[in-house]
Amino acid sequence: MRPRPSSCFMSFLAGAMLVCLALGLHARSSQHARLPELQEQTRLVRYLRLTDLCLFTEARYTRHPAMADYFAAFQDHPTAFEHFPSGSLVQPPVTLQRTYAPHP
Amino acid sequence: MIELTNVTKRFNIGKNNQFTAVDQISLKIAPARVTVLKGPSGSGKTTLLALIGCMSRPTSGRIILKGVATAFFGLADPAAGFEVSSLPERFTTEIRRTTFGFIFQQFHLIKGISALENIMLPAYPCGEPQAIIRTRAQELLKQFDLTRQAHAMVEWLSGGEQQRVAIARALINNPLAIIADEPTAHLDSRLSQEFMERVADLKERGKTVLIASHDPLVFEAPCIDTVVEMRDGRVIGQSESP
Amino acid sequence: MRHILSRHRNILDFALSSLLRRKARNAALFLVYTLVIAVVASLIFFVHALKREAALVLDAAPDMVVQRMLAGRHDLIPLQYAEKIRNIRGVSAVVPRRWGYYYDPVFKANYTLLVADDQPVTPGTIVIGSGVARNQRIKQGDLMTLRSYQGVPLFLTVETILSPESELVSSDLVVMAAEDFQSMFQLPRGVATDLAVSVANPRELVTVANKIAAAFPDTRPILKSELLRTYDSLFDWRGGMIVVMLSVAVLAFIIFAWDKASGLSAEERKEIGILKSIGWETADVLLLKFWEGSAISLSAFLCGVILAYLHVFFASAALFAHALKGWAVLYPQFRLIPAINLYQLAVLFTLTVLPYTAATIVPAWLAASVDPDAAMRS
Repeated sequence: MRPRPSSCFMSFLAGAMLVCLALGLHARSSQHARLPELQEQTRLVRYLRLTDLCLFTEARYTRHPAMADYFAAFQDHPTAFEHFPSGSLVQPPVTLQRTYAPHP
Repeated sequence: MIELTNVTKRFNIGKNNQFTAVDQISLKIAPARVTVLKGPSGSGKTTLLALIGCMSRPTSGRIILKGVATAFFGLADPAAGFEVSSLPERFTTEIRRTTFGFIFQQFHLIKGISALENIMLPAYPCGEPQAIIRTRAQELLKQFDLTRQAHAMVEWLSGGEQQRVAIARALINNPLAIIADEPTAHLDSRLSQEFMERVADLKERGKTVLIASHDPLVFEAPCIDTVVEMRDGRVIGQSESP
Repeated sequence: MRHILSRHRNILDFALSSLLRRKARNAALFLVYTLVIAVVASLIFFVHALKREAALVLDAAPDMVVQRMLAGRHDLIPLQYAEKIRNIRGVSAVVPRRWGYYYDPVFKANYTLLVADDQPVTPGTIVIGSGVARNQRIKQGDLMTLRSYQGVPLFLTVETILSPESELVSSDLVVMAAEDFQSMFQLPRGVATDLAVSVANPRELVTVANKIAAAFPDTRPILKSELLRTYDSLFDWRGGMIVVMLSVAVLAFIIFAWDKASGLSAEERKEIGILKSIGWETADVLLLKFWEGSAISLSAFLCGVILAYLHVFFASAALFAHALKGWAVLYPQFRLIPAINLYQLAVLFTLTVLPYTAATIVPAWLAASVDPDAAMRS
């Protein structure tokens, strides 16, 4: 007797949901298991006094977006980052928009 | 079993192409008998069948169903009958599904699925477990000698086989009445005669059969009990066979 | 209850056999649907995991970094500023940072060179990130040559290679001794790249920053909170490439929904007529259409999400690598720690599965409301 299509479908859905659940548990357990990695990274950040993630090594202002100064960021145009492809992924950092100088 | 009183059906009311398909028809359909509606095309046979089978509502008049027990009425005496013409759609569909089985002129089988599935289709929304429906369908297939074609796609079946599938489908819900609209229109003489033999068989099993046809092979068949002649939406004659 | 379940299952059976009747078309639809969801879900997983790690890891960054500006450009900061800043109330420590960039023309990569004051490195040796090691194909104990600004080559031995798990922060780092850094860049005496300031009470950060900016108008304090915000708005959906990807996904869905909503074919209409005539109610037909739509969208959603998870967390987001790498030669290997953002996934579900199912049911409504006797008269 061939199995009913609905049985196949239901088992497929159930299977997929179980896999999703398993992946959720995997994420949970990974977060616990890989805590030492996080701690190692935190240790490096602390003792090397790092301020940025190493995501884009194309140019200075893409390597350290949080440290970028006006001229690096706004080379040709106030919001132009696009000499480098990573500019299309990263917005001008918020650190450029704030000033702590006293108001005149 | 079915009683019609002054039933009228008009289409396109209010528009300038309004016409009356059925005009003031009063009729009694006897249970466990074969009744034929005879008449040329345009005489209102199909419309009358649709009205009797609770497929559409009359513009005026009453249709009373007797001998049908329904879950929602709980009649003490089902023989007293109730009026179908004024029921809401929910109820008429329920009645239609359990009381009537339809055989259409062009069979109207769903292509791309097997004969077995076509037969089981009318019972799907009823909520019965599929295993039970399947058993009933397989029994019907056996009765109509279609067991070999159970899993064949309906479009591959011959005309006669498709006709048998259409009849089996009409019977899946164990209806009290079978309604057939021009069943022999696309059949040759041999298959037409076979069909009438099956009608005789259904009558023997206690089913009420109502056929609309202008084919002499049908209304001159020996199993026919009543012939109702129609023209222009009216009944012009009724004859009973002895 | 059994009655209702049986009804659903029976109708589901028929819905599935209807879908199987047009195998090729529905298979293609399912595939494209799954792919679109996989791409969007990959984006969601990747960005969420990255932001989460950034927030956790950069929490250990300096409370405040003070930069000096000269004619609008980043300049070196005199160490006397550090003395004066130390005297501001609330400041617990001021440590000068010495770091810079180095472009290696041979390997065509940019490295970040820095001096670690807390754990100084032996002069003549360096500690490098695993991205650098990969780029130059060197291992512990090998020699690395850097060209100083005087034209003199510096030979430095690799003492340690930082762990690959810390690539996200250290991939391109070259940590060297202060003497070697000086030989490299010949910084004038008494200056540093910038100052890392620690403040005892985090709520006083803004006050301290204001004081520093008032005392030294040529400086620019950068707070840790701003640092974190930079990474929080990373890959913001307003950013160029992300907008393109999301627009493509939205467009794909509009096409799906339009295809469904633009009405049923004559064949489908006829079938519905037949179903009505054999005893199916309007509600039954709509349930059929619902299951037809849901079967595809539910399975595509689940498969897409599973694919996305595997892609991002087991294959290190390989498909995004090309876009993210840009022109960089040195590129970190993302071994992100899995993190799931249920809210965004729920939004994705609402924006994809529900409209698709609605687009399947709505056009069927009209056809399903047809009179059952229409089949008799056709």
